[in-house]
Amino acid sequence: MMTTTGAPRREYVDGATAIVRAAIDAGCTFFAGYPITPASGILMAMMRELPKVGGVAMQGEDEIASMGMCLGAAMAGAKAMTATSGPGISLYSENIGLAIMGEVPLVIVDVQRLGPATGGATTVAQGDVQFVRWGTAGGYPVIVLAPSSVPESYGLTAKAFELAERFRCPVFLLTDKEIAMTLSAVDVDEYPSVGAVDRVEKDSGLPYAWEPPDGVEPMRRYGDGDAFRLTGSTHDEGAYITKNAAKVGALNEHLIAKIEAHRDEIEMVDADLESAANTLVLSYGVTAGAARAAVAGLRADGAPVSSLVVQSLWPIPETALDAALSGIERVVVPELNMGLYRREIERVAGDRTVVGVNRIDGTMITADEIALAVR
Amino acid sequence: MSTITITPIATFRTDDPYPFCPGCGHGPILDRLNEAMVKLDFDPARVVIVSDIGCSGLSDQYFTTSAFHGLHGRSITYATGIKLANPDLEVIVIMGDGGTGIGGAHLLSAARRNVGITVIVMNNLNFGMTGGQHSTTTPEGGVTSTTPHGNLEHPLDICATVGVNGAAYVYRGSSFDKDLADRFVAAMTTPGFAMLDIWDLCTAYYVRSNKFTRAGMEESMRSWGMEPGLLYERTVTEYATGYRAAHATIAGTPVAGPRPVTVGYEHALDRPMSLVVAGSAGGKVRSAARLVAMGGLRSGLWAAQRDDYPVTVKAGHSVTELWLAPDEMPLTAVARPDVFAVISDDGYAKAGPYLAAMTDRDLVLTIPEFAGLSTAARVVVVDPKAAPKRIPKTSLGLVFLSAALTLTRPYPLDALRDAAGSGSFAEVNLEAVATGSSILA
Repeated sequence: MMTTTGAPRREYVDGATAIVRAAIDAGCTFFAGYPITPASGILMAMMRELPKVGGVAMQGEDEIASMGMCLGAAMAGAKAMTATSGPGISLYSENIGLAIMGEVPLVIVDVQRLGPATGGATTVAQGDVQFVRWGTAGGYPVIVLAPSSVPESYGLTAKAFELAERFRCPVFLLTDKEIAMTLSAVDVDEYPSVGAVDRVEKDSGLPYAWEPPDGVEPMRRYGDGDAFRLTGSTHDEGAYITKNAAKVGALNEHLIAKIEAHRDEIEMVDADLESAANTLVLSYGVTAGAARAAVAGLRADGAPVSSLVVQSLWPIPETALDAALSGIERVVVPELNMGLYRREIERVAGDRTVVGVNRIDGTMITADEIALAVR
Repeated sequence: MSTITITPIATFRTDDPYPFCPGCGHGPILDRLNEAMVKLDFDPARVVIVSDIGCSGLSDQYFTTSAFHGLHGRSITYATGIKLANPDLEVIVIMGDGGTGIGGAHLLSAARRNVGITVIVMNNLNFGMTGGQHSTTTPEGGVTSTTPHGNLEHPLDICATVGVNGAAYVYRGSSFDKDLADRFVAAMTTPGFAMLDIWDLCTAYYVRSNKFTRAGMEESMRSWGMEPGLLYERTVTEYATGYRAAHATIAGTPVAGPRPVTVGYEHALDRPMSLVVAGSAGGKVRSAARLVAMGGLRSGLWAAQRDDYPVTVKAGHSVTELWLAPDEMPLTAVARPDVFAVISDDGYAKAGPYLAAMTDRDLVLTIPEFAGLSTAARVVVVDPKAAPKRIPKTSLGLVFLSAALTLTRPYPLDALRDAAGSGSFAEVNLEAVATGSSILA
């Protein structure tokens, strides 16, 4: 955390820069992406910076190629990242599935803009919160982290690399135009310390294992040790295509269990709870700024109110939610969509009243609008 | 003393028989690939066969090499990533003519890029696995399950396409070619992108529907203007190697990290202050706000700026909301600016909600054109034409912000001068600050 002695040590920086720095600090050595506002800053910075650490950064011929290159590079030993916005996630869809099926660690940054379709390229929105979770065929789980500030952009990017390796799966960093592109003063001592993320590897043997179902087998790497396979088709532990029901079931249950059984390792929230509160403001991403400001304002006026900023959106942080909902009668969920995450909160909120504060006109939700919904 | 006998690997095939239909050309093509790998004495663990979807996508399972079996038409993208991450690997793509359609952009880009991979297209002129539908290479008039009355599309000349776009090695032949293994050897030892368009018979569909035979294959190629043989061979720089060479001079140089601003001044704020500038894109509004923010940081303030602009770069509005604050604050939109500078028509078009929200405690700075704008705030008109020297349009934002800071004094102007004088365009920016700080005098 920041030091309070001496002169302030602040820089003026945007979230995209923090993402790039964190990726490189976490050991990212491969990046591929395709230009798209508001994610292009990450592409350009990676093209500039990654060769300095011996890495490779590519501008693909399209988003599909960019994802494909990342998958190939990851299996050849690289820690890979890509960055795009909603329209690019649409094109990433099939390879998100391959990353899940092939158990390929990968960090995918979604700098959200207003949709649908081309939508508003330079306009903030949070419309992809369900899309990234369900963005490929089959319904299998992914991990989604959402920063609400520049320091969180740094910390959660590094965390995304860590979780991608831990669970051998694609991990999304769900940010948006404002968090990625807004310049703000940051105390340089506020950045968490990030070291290179380790990959657990082995140089021989089968590339996959389904027992125990929630176990994660060490990675193989092309060119290291003996030959091995990867396939996007339903397969056995050697990545040979199979329709054997026992093998198919074990594989697919494993893809779910390895994440669902380890929710406690993934859950991340910024809980600012008051025991006397009967209202909880639950926010994430860019809307957390106004939420925090609203809660501070209400408390200054003597109203007890709790705040929960969710950093790990998927899987749903149910343990932290249960704790935050204790004693709460009313939950206010501000979002730059018409209530896409609110429906998840309604599912766990029981009899509590859950209300949304929502905008889809490209403007930000204000602290006053949230405060009004709390009162 | 014992002697170690090194026996070259006799085969890269597994013991399993191929799953292809009787008479299908895929098996013979794969056998020639096997012979080529034996000739080159590859280490199977250093070979990655990348395949995708369709009958050709079954191929990789019958080799003892490493394999990446991916999605339809994307094999070249995976192969590119593998080769870029580890240029020492032998990366071979086996795909079908279907993949040249759905993955056409990848084929084209790989040729232009010359990543050192070898692509073998097993081209049987239709989709065999899914029921004999037409592909990009189905000849005109060809009868398939989706062109039952004859194909109306012109077939893709894969070789010409990748050839004219830079590929290092381009060969067209068939599964019956006696020297196919040697062609594979040549392709795999050529630096850069190598592509072999190998025609073969789909005995399940295309042959049955079109009386297409081995005897007619070569003649047909020529009649369609697609000559067989070695079509392109050129010396190129392999991309993965070239990439590393091109970046050798910056390898090892430090990655840009945080650089804290030195604080040399004291600010005068006891609560957050918001300044909004509404101007035109291309008018350096964002850069001006950034300098004001940097002046704030030099005075121990926190700052943040939210920029709004259309997708066009130098046309339309540019509105920046800037916060200066004595304490760290979460990112929020500015609903009611303390200071609002409206400096162009584009900016005025976006000014309405801000002007409506402002009160008599707030300050609007604007140009003479908008002297009569409607707001409860105090309006100060600044006439750029009254300045002793002409003010460039790109300095107007900084001039107005400097005027605003002169009136409101959230921090010493010297801090702004330091910021303006330490970056790019220092001379121009310092002049803008000087003009802005004196224009209301």
